Amino acid sequence: MADSTQPLSPALRIGVGLALAAVLALVLGTLAAVLARAKGFGALGPADWAAVRFTVNQAAISAALSIAFAVPVARALARRRFVGRGLLVTALGAPFLLPVIVAVMGLLTIFGRAGTLNGMLGLAGVQPISIYGFGGVVLAHVFLNLPLAVRLLLHGWLAIPAERFRLAASLGFGTGAMLRHLEWPMLRAVVPSAFVAILLICLTSFTVALTLGGGPRATTLELAIYQALRFDFDPGRAATLAVLQLALSALAMLLALKLAVPAAFGAGLDRPVQRWDADGAVPRAADAVALVGATLFLAAPLAAVVVEGSGHVAGLPASVWQAALRSLGVALGSGALALAMALPLSLGAARSRRRGWVEAAGMLPLATSALVVGTGLMLLLRPLTNVTALALPVTAAVNAVMVLPFCLRVMSPAARTIEADYGRLADSLGLAGAARLRILILPRMRPALGFAAGLATAMSMGDLGVIALFAGADNATLPLALYRLMGAYRTADAAGAAMLLLALSLALFWVFDRGGRIDAGS
Amino acid sequence: MRHSLMIAGLLCATAAAAADRPVLTVYTYDSFVSEWGPGPRIKAGFEGFCGCELRFVSSGDGAALLSRLLLEGESTDADVVLGLDTNLTAAAAESGLFAESGLREVAYDLPVLWDDPIFVPYDWGYFAFVYDKTKTVSVPASFEELAASDLKIVIEDPRSSTPGLGLLLWVKAAYGARASEIWSELADNIVTVTPGWSEAYGLFLKGEADMVLSYTTSPAYHLIAEGDDSKAAAPFSEGHYLQVEVAAKVASSAQRDLADRFLAFVVSPEFQKEIPETNWMYPAVTPPGGLPAGFETLVVPQKVLLFPAGEARKVRDEALAEWQTALSR
Amino acid sequence: MLVLDHLEIAQGAFRLSADLQIESGALTAVIGPSGAGKSTLLAAIAGFVAPVSGRILWEGRDLAGLAPGARPLSILFQEQNLFPHLDLATNLGLGLRADLRLTGHDRMAVSAALERVGLGGMERRRPATLSGGQQSRAALARALLRARPLMLFDEPFAALGPALRAEMLDLVMEIAAETGATVLMVSHDPADALRLAGLCVVVAEGRVLAPQPVAALLADPPAALRGYLVAPKN
Repeated sequence: MADSTQPLSPALRIGVGLALAAVLALVLGTLAAVLARAKGFGALGPADWAAVRFTVNQAAISAALSIAFAVPVARALARRRFVGRGLLVTALGAPFLLPVIVAVMGLLTIFGRAGTLNGMLGLAGVQPISIYGFGGVVLAHVFLNLPLAVRLLLHGWLAIPAERFRLAASLGFGTGAMLRHLEWPMLRAVVPSAFVAILLICLTSFTVALTLGGGPRATTLELAIYQALRFDFDPGRAATLAVLQLALSALAMLLALKLAVPAAFGAGLDRPVQRWDADGAVPRAADAVALVGATLFLAAPLAAVVVEGSGHVAGLPASVWQAALRSLGVALGSGALALAMALPLSLGAARSRRRGWVEAAGMLPLATSALVVGTGLMLLLRPLTNVTALALPVTAAVNAVMVLPFCLRVMSPAARTIEADYGRLADSLGLAGAARLRILILPRMRPALGFAAGLATAMSMGDLGVIALFAGADNATLPLALYRLMGAYRTADAAGAAMLLLALSLALFWVFDRGGRIDAGS
Repeated sequence: MRHSLMIAGLLCATAAAAADRPVLTVYTYDSFVSEWGPGPRIKAGFEGFCGCELRFVSSGDGAALLSRLLLEGESTDADVVLGLDTNLTAAAAESGLFAESGLREVAYDLPVLWDDPIFVPYDWGYFAFVYDKTKTVSVPASFEELAASDLKIVIEDPRSSTPGLGLLLWVKAAYGARASEIWSELADNIVTVTPGWSEAYGLFLKGEADMVLSYTTSPAYHLIAEGDDSKAAAPFSEGHYLQVEVAAKVASSAQRDLADRFLAFVVSPEFQKEIPETNWMYPAVTPPGGLPAGFETLVVPQKVLLFPAGEARKVRDEALAEWQTALSR
Repeated sequence: MLVLDHLEIAQGAFRLSADLQIESGALTAVIGPSGAGKSTLLAAIAGFVAPVSGRILWEGRDLAGLAPGARPLSILFQEQNLFPHLDLATNLGLGLRADLRLTGHDRMAVSAALERVGLGGMERRRPATLSGGQQSRAALARALLRARPLMLFDEPFAALGPALRAEMLDLVMEIAAETGATVLMVSHDPADALRLAGLCVVVAEGRVLAPQPVAALLADPPAALRGYLVAPKN
């Protein structure tokens, strides 16, 4: 792989250092601030440990199911070409980009007590199903994270060079042999980290677990942190719980590093992938079932959001449109910032022997409690500046760090592949610094950069983030405006705002993702 | 370049304008400052005569507000805190961060006698279960009837929401030692427990539950703003728990005079008249024009339940433990 | 003159030592069994593997501390000698200026180099649209353009057929003659070494032997090489 004799350039070192400092400041600095205010850790009670158990259980099952369902869907997308495939890939990503409350409301329209599904079951004389409880929490987490799992696995599939599939076809590989020799090694490399990414997201779940959990049995760590800070005013216990959350996440990441076996497929010549192994009736049927099933499962709740909201978009008050503009600014700013951090980190990780550490540090933001980060940030920034006036830049910066893990997930493998395949050639030609970036890295990374930028901007657009803790009267973002509408009984306007948010998030994602793929490498 | 100069110019102009006038910083909850809350009109009203700038800083809900203030301690920027309720005032008073209001002789229209020297009430309401009259015909008249019925309810989590805590204390105040038993019986009626009021009310409006924990004043919104009289609050024979929302002056404030003037403004008709149709609560002092048309249709509880501030603080931990145990089974 | 002065290379458990000189302008084949360390030797000279001890000198100058791109050499790898996302003109232009700030004169030189290797007019083609032989020619053209005094070939033509490979070797010799470059070429095939008609260094059993004429070596191969040399002859 990369060669230890080639030291990182000073500019790259500085970039890596700054990005790591930003992550550590936000994750550990805020925690330290809360801890300092609390004057030490607090003790945990039996209820807190019950929360840990519930949190880990639901997260592990949610992540496992998300991956299990994602495998057939990603494979179908990888080996089929059909009209509207690109659009489908983008649209299927939507749940992951949505603000959680919008996603939950959409899910309830389909799966709720008064939802479409139960309506149909009722007509068929079947007992209604309940979405509330452990199953509902898992269902919602799979809904939210299946798109991410599909995209991560799809990237893995598409990273297998066309030449290998050609070779496999020439050797007469059927579906089974293809799975064993090409797809299984790829999955061994991709699945552990994808699993952990989703596990970490579900570990910090708050709204989903609470709204659909059905009661105090479904108490997550994040809720326990809320309780410690808001109900008991015990910042020490909140800090302890946050540390526990970090420790659990670190454990999961270590496990993933141990389990992941890098797949050595080598480089191809950027020939478009053509598959010869999936022409039989069984593979066709399997792919059709996977694609139709996933589309129905993911699109129906989204369609519900569109149906309920589209009639109310035009009538939205001016302040909501202004909030939308602000959110676009926040999204673009945090997208740029996230890429500015992810690029040196992924390049540094690709060329450094301490890659595992750099990547683990980049994953840290996934493991943080949003409430602890917000509270710590408030404690840190307030003596220095007027936090309300800076609410938007602070939100953009925090969002950038929060989406960094996803950018790294996408960009790191791409950077590694570039270094492995072309690092020596570039070195032998003296291609270094800005020229290397411009001539080799950026062009070859463009699809990954576009995807990462799309993810970062869309997630930042949809995430409520820390703005709720910092906003003043007139600098609300669109997600906050949505919450304010809901809090003011304005359900119709809230539905319109949800629809607007969905449309803007998807548009951002589509523009960047598409921009990255247009004649890339052809 | 030209743009950045213009922006710099604007910033300077804003700063200069702000420097001319003293700033009164009021910490409050988020829905107060929103376009649809009382905030904008309160700000305009007070700035109309105070010769100052009124700056709202918002922070989630009442519990978030107190939590933030306790974290910031005496170095807080807040001059006034507006939005704590009677379940939080004991902890707030104990922190020593608040000063006495100095307001006496205010003729409050509260269902209880108010003599707290620190906290100035600005609105109030009763917690209640709200339902849709067109869908729910046999309406329970007590927790026991509710528990015995097949009706499904959505409630808020007491650990993360003010109404959730209100419900916890409501059951405790009504049933005392039997609270645990009531919760056990209610368990099969509860569809789910949400993090906050917005989610719970949203679920109710989606038809996920027959009733939602809200306020007796909630139907007024649908009636007045939407012309929809289908929503109603169910009167419970045990009585209804009262929520009184209060404002208070921060002891470390450098703007004590302005803060005093603001508290006086809070109980004045100009402030109070905005409350019913923006916060959808009862004003603490009924303005001269009376309540808006529609409020007379609201349920008025026969009996008022309220723990004194200090007691609310003491019983809540025990009540929470009972609630968790009963609903975790 | 290329001097490997008490050179010791280590990669994990694998070790290789070399102590020899190669005259400037010589065409030298590097032969030896698979896994003997031929590629590692070239990687060390090119600056991709740092030696454990010893020195690598070119015309009396120690190359230690020079980044691969700054060394007075060009190298062609077994594969990945061209960037697939760049057209041929750009791939070749990188050989002149890594930042691609090319003058009109540079562009003419690129076209001339393509012409020289038989790829005239293919400036805008991308590597994937070329045959294997054409890709090798393009990589050779870039080495020609770079005009570094030392050229290292790590079996870049291994994938080509015998006729095509012979053609490429001839082209290498022509280019070396034109530029006066010193050539070190790893090869599996003694026939290649014969065709180069020059010297030959043997890499076997952890050592790099001093250069000797190819014909002499083939006539009387050392024990370590005997089995290896006989096999491909039939």
